[in-house]
Amino acid sequence: MNKEDRKIVLELKDIHKSFGKNHVLKGFNLKLYEGENLVIMGKSGSGKSVMVKSIVGLIQPDSGSITIKDHDIITMGQEELDFLRTEIGFLFQGSALYDSMTVRENLEFPLRRHKDKVKNFEGTEKSVTQALESVGLLHAIDLMPAELSGGMMRRVALARALILKPEIIMYDEPTAGLDPITSNEIIQLMRTIQKEYNTSSLIITHDVDCARVISNRIILLVDGINYAEGTYDELSTSSDPQTRAFFKN
Amino acid sequence: MSKENSILKRSKSFFAEIGEMAYFAGRFFKEVFRKPFEFKELIRQCYNVGIRSLFLVVVTGFIIGLVFTLQSRPTLEEFGAVSWMPSMISVSIIREIGPVIIALICAGRIGSGIGAELGSMKVTEQIDAMEVSGTNPFKYLVVTRILAVTLMLPLLVIIGDAVALIGSAMVENLKGGVSYTLYFNMAFSSLSFSDIIPATVKTVLFGFAIGLVGTYKGYNCAKGTVGVGEASNSAVVYSSMLLFIIDFIAVFVSDIFF
Repeated sequence: MNKEDRKIVLELKDIHKSFGKNHVLKGFNLKLYEGENLVIMGKSGSGKSVMVKSIVGLIQPDSGSITIKDHDIITMGQEELDFLRTEIGFLFQGSALYDSMTVRENLEFPLRRHKDKVKNFEGTEKSVTQALESVGLLHAIDLMPAELSGGMMRRVALARALILKPEIIMYDEPTAGLDPITSNEIIQLMRTIQKEYNTSSLIITHDVDCARVISNRIILLVDGINYAEGTYDELSTSSDPQTRAFFKN
Repeated sequence: MSKENSILKRSKSFFAEIGEMAYFAGRFFKEVFRKPFEFKELIRQCYNVGIRSLFLVVVTGFIIGLVFTLQSRPTLEEFGAVSWMPSMISVSIIREIGPVIIALICAGRIGSGIGAELGSMKVTEQIDAMEVSGTNPFKYLVVTRILAVTLMLPLLVIIGDAVALIGSAMVENLKGGVSYTLYFNMAFSSLSFSDIIPATVKTVLFGFAIGLVGTYKGYNCAKGTVGVGEASNSAVVYSSMLLFIIDFIAVFVSDIFF
């Protein structure tokens, strides 16, 4: 199917964001299509995390529009935003598991806030076990986050992001701080989940291998703007030296 | 010139922080009456604040009673006023010393704990994760903790006051041969509602202040481990200062009405 024929699930138009005198985003644009894996690459401090946090309403952009499934999130009220957030899964860089809760409670937490959504699913217990099975960690259900390894924490965080069966998943540096073998396991898991749950994914990463394996399309974010856009093959063989520099291992 | 600028800048940020804290308190009152109510988390926090502080409060209260009586005895003996001891001790502990010292102890234990816990949740993005999952972290983390401290501190102070009086009675019994019955009869006969009610109302305000400052500092913690340390430390410093300000206002107001 042609890219233009597919449904846009997320769109950012002319996003600007400054912190004091530091102008981080200077008119960034993005379109995420249904079922697509879009990778955002850029140097540290280029505004990737600011951009992804703007999408979920954690940071308010100074100007521009963010549309998720035809809803403008900048103008919507808190309750509407909270409901829309159930359509978005978010994997944080440091996993962000609630350390005073067990793995089970971590997964139940979003469910008990959105009881109406649970009714549509199989119930809390089944949703939790199903999400943990998807990431291969059912045996860790009663462990505390402190008892998990880095890779296991990332997988539990992924299960938590999946628990409300979102249509869009955002990954903020999903392989950061992990060894190459565990990184590869996480990447494969992301691919499996994308197929199993039919999600659209926005992935922020520095990891070239991750981008190569998982991306349908890549956007390079440089100095707060879209610097280059294309497939992995197109960008990694680009004639522009700055673009090529991102893909050197 | 640069010194003046620095003072101006500090004053600005001080008043800005007071404004932000007032806004934070306003948000608490807005959220506290809104559904859903987090009863389970409130009970858990009441346990954390109340039961876990009990030992410290009991030990502190006992030592206050003991030391206060031991220190006052020689002076009262000089004036031949030892028989006033139970009345003096009960009035001063119930009205002032008990609430203030136990609140200060709790500001250290509870305020710093809340500041550090919420601060570390903030820097590890756990609060963001709650928000992104479409839940209200303010209601779950802040409202429950402020309520728990507000509810538990008066109870802790009542227990601390009672233990302080027991400590004082023990000294009087050992040193002056005063029976426990006589001591408590004299101690309670000199107390009136105008002593107990303002002191109890004051502890509710103390609890609110400790909860508010601890949660505010933790919830707005700066990034990094340094930020967590600062949140914890400033939660204790600010809430201790606030306790004395509230105490002054409460004594001033109760002096007018009682």
